[in-house]
Amino acid sequence: MDTQKDYGTPAIKSDKQVTLQIDGAQVTVPAGSSIMHAAMVAGISVPKLCATDSLDPFGSCRLCLVEIDGRRGYPASCTTPVDEGLKVHTQSAKLADIRRGVMELYISDHPLDCLTCSANGDCELQDMAGAVGLREVRYGYEGENHLKAEKDTSNPYFTFDPSKCIVCSRCVRACEETQGTFALTIQGRGFESKVAAGITDFMDSECVSCGACVQACPTATLMEKSVIQHGQPEHSVTTTCAYCGVGCSFNAEMKGEELVRMVPNKDGGANHGHSCVKGRFAWGYATHKDRITTPMIRKNITDPWQEASWEEAIGYAASEITRIQGKYGRESVGAITSSRCTNEEVYVIQKLVRAVFGSNNVDTCARVCHSPTGYGLKQTLGESAGTQTFDSVMKSDVIMVIGANPTDGHPVFGSQMKRRLREGAKLIVADPRAIDLVSSPHVKANHHLKLRPGTNVALISALAHVVVTEGLVKEDFVKARCEWDSFVLWRDFVAKPENSPEVLQEDIGVKAEDIRAAARLFATGGNAAIYYGLGVTEHSQGSTMVMGIANLAMATGNIGREGVGVNPLRGQNNVQGSCDMGSMPHEFTGYRHVSDDAARALFETAWGRPLSKEPGLRIPNMLDAAIEGGFKALYCNGEDIAQSDPNTQHVTHALESMECVIVQDLFLNETAMYAHVFLPGASFLEKTGTFTNAERRISPVRRVMSPKNGFEDWEITAKLSAALGYPMHYNSASDILDEIAALTPTFKGVSFKKLDELGSVQWPCNDDHPEGTPTMHIDEFVRGKGKFFITQYVPTTEKVNAKYPLILTTGRILSQYNVGAQTRRTDNVAWHPEDQVEIHPHDAEDRGIKEGDWVGINSRAGETVLRAKITERVQPGVIYTTFHHPESGANVITTDNSDWATNCPEFKVTAVQVTRVSQLSGWQKNYQEFSEEQISFAYNPLHEARVE
Amino acid sequence: MNIEQLIKMANQIGEFFFAYPDAEQAKLDIVSHIKRFWALSMRKQIVEYVTEEQGTALQPLVVDAIKENVAVLA
Repeated sequence: MDTQKDYGTPAIKSDKQVTLQIDGAQVTVPAGSSIMHAAMVAGISVPKLCATDSLDPFGSCRLCLVEIDGRRGYPASCTTPVDEGLKVHTQSAKLADIRRGVMELYISDHPLDCLTCSANGDCELQDMAGAVGLREVRYGYEGENHLKAEKDTSNPYFTFDPSKCIVCSRCVRACEETQGTFALTIQGRGFESKVAAGITDFMDSECVSCGACVQACPTATLMEKSVIQHGQPEHSVTTTCAYCGVGCSFNAEMKGEELVRMVPNKDGGANHGHSCVKGRFAWGYATHKDRITTPMIRKNITDPWQEASWEEAIGYAASEITRIQGKYGRESVGAITSSRCTNEEVYVIQKLVRAVFGSNNVDTCARVCHSPTGYGLKQTLGESAGTQTFDSVMKSDVIMVIGANPTDGHPVFGSQMKRRLREGAKLIVADPRAIDLVSSPHVKANHHLKLRPGTNVALISALAHVVVTEGLVKEDFVKARCEWDSFVLWRDFVAKPENSPEVLQEDIGVKAEDIRAAARLFATGGNAAIYYGLGVTEHSQGSTMVMGIANLAMATGNIGREGVGVNPLRGQNNVQGSCDMGSMPHEFTGYRHVSDDAARALFETAWGRPLSKEPGLRIPNMLDAAIEGGFKALYCNGEDIAQSDPNTQHVTHALESMECVIVQDLFLNETAMYAHVFLPGASFLEKTGTFTNAERRISPVRRVMSPKNGFEDWEITAKLSAALGYPMHYNSASDILDEIAALTPTFKGVSFKKLDELGSVQWPCNDDHPEGTPTMHIDEFVRGKGKFFITQYVPTTEKVNAKYPLILTTGRILSQYNVGAQTRRTDNVAWHPEDQVEIHPHDAEDRGIKEGDWVGINSRAGETVLRAKITERVQPGVIYTTFHHPESGANVITTDNSDWATNCPEFKVTAVQVTRVSQLSGWQKNYQEFSEEQISFAYNPLHEARVE
Repeated sequence: MNIEQLIKMANQIGEFFFAYPDAEQAKLDIVSHIKRFWALSMRKQIVEYVTEEQGTALQPLVVDAIKENVAVLA
């Protein structure tokens, strides 16, 4: 099938094939297909307006009528299924007459402004008028019509012009079927019927601005403001979104080097033509005025920045690294990579550190999000990655979501999950907060285990206790696929009375009977899959919980096929990829430990340099070492540790303690305010490379415009390497991927050529799996036999007490992304102009706090002030906030407690007190002053040389 | 690095492996984890803390694990 065509109705999967004749041509399609679809397969277009192949057939426009031999009337081809031996006629004088009549009625209430209409050249109504040969409209505009209906421009990204609406319901159906929000409806009947979003307008409605309605609209009724402004694009380039770990494929529709709109790609393996408000619309940051495109240097952070040429800036950075290593030793320098960078960029940075800096002091931002996933899944299953495709969820019967909020954090996958839930899959949510999935239109969790933050491991052990003691273990699977001794140890451990729901319910805060019911459903409900996020990993027992999840999946036989599995929902677009690329201090690409002599020899030969066999410093180790005086220089690429990492004051103290901080980024981020060298980075629209999403899907990132800073990021790293005496000799990102493939068994078959051929590919991609591996661990685990681990619950040391009686937990919101550096520089701020703190009505009342009050949040680490939002989404005793705005200082209050195995910070549990206040915190006042000065230094830089 | 932080980290690692019934194996696992994931400078510090200051703030099993494997760790 040519997926760029619109087949009118969705493709049907069936073992049975049906052959029929359409306009004399014989065509064979799966049983259940519509006649319209079959016609398109035969290369015959049937006129249509309400049909599109991303939506179920609706049969309202009456344009796709056909004649069928032996049948009466003129059935709609979109709603009529094929049948063996049918003879269908799509064209006849009578059909032409009916279609012209239908079109005439549509056009009689439609403005005839085609030449100046924003959809001119991309309007299905216009196309159909041509297709049916409409030559006149007899009815005139004298009667009642909708031509003066008021346009809704409230949404920052698209307009709704009801005067152009033909009420085909495609937008309403897209909102229901594709997105699952049910924000739109058809209001009224007959002539009065109209599309309505909320009571007043789109911004006031439940609309989440995913763009599905705009995509589905066949006219200019729902239209991107960017198209209204710039006109229709003239060429298109397929690339991959730079936001969350779903990794949606988009067609960047261009006019020359100007991006007109991002349209979700129907062929996208992860998104199948769907999108969210970030990927679809929030790309304006790439051309935002805050972009810094000229390198800058300075001696001290109290100095104004001085603009420099690339040669000067790179030369200065190299000389500082050399000086510092000469004075303080080889280990005094390191680098941090980002999951916002491509695989190729991350690879060259870790190569720079290992081959040129001569240490393994390289780490990545996965340290503060999914490092426990890497550790826990490697230990239990043998591979540091999720086990499934996103599409696997469509075969799940029971879905358990733990510590994740897919509709906000991974919205396109969230929509897919909701689709499966509407089809009848059962849902268990384990989360302290009532996320949208708990109760939203046509989706309701069967069990919401509203656990206390910090008790995940107690919960997973209690669930396992029920499975083991009630005889629900799939012993055949365990015997065949897992290490029996490890299973016995685990089984005997979880079966202990102290791990029973009845004993642990007090700690967990969920009734034993609810835990038992959820465990039974998971173990006996058919294909059961676990999806989890940072609510699992960002705890002092994050790794233990990941292992507990893998234990449960193995014990119930829910791994190694579609519909089941362990599915970490990665936060940023390239978390999986950056980890795959050897950006952690203890391992090379493909998760091979630096002490592995054979692996090290391979890299030593390829890179021509001796490599250290000792693990390097992790991010928190680097920061601690900086404060102690042993770590003096940092190359920080695309990451903003001064905002994203816990205990902000500790992080900034560490940065202030270094002698050279080199930041490579699009903007003067919070970390750059402490930097000595600023190297301007390129946006995802300006570079070539690959991202790897949460389902191990490697997707191409393609350059659609020239880098505003002059270079792609890998080129900048290569320049730094050359200045340090180690030229890297790459001509393109493709060369880098070839080197990765040559050195990494799981990437052996990956190349730009393969990605051009397949669109994307899921690793492992090698001789055994030349087209990739959608589902892992099918016949055996990567480590051979699956290994169970004992998961003893160890309560966090971050205790509530009289001084800090509440628990703060943090998270994300749909419209904003991570530290907000990108989304805050788009119109997405319309939905989230500031971070707020959610507090339960009881806790608010106890403290005299009202909606919108400023409240001080104090923890053992610090204090900040946010506006209160009173809601029952959080349970009593728990408050919640986001960290998208730097001035909020959400991480001023989080502590440096961390996961035992990986040092992933315990963002999800901070003991706090909340009080009503009237002014900003001391930290916020200092921050305001400091950031204003730093912004002034950066945006009014000196032009003459001052740094010597 | 701050020794307090290293002590906290080592004790946390110990707590995970304490759950295993075989104490000898638990000690080996503790050492193996530290060896695989801690930088040499950090390992030297914790070994020095155990050998020269008796590791008083460490859990006994962690102290034993480190003491018995000084050559492996540093």
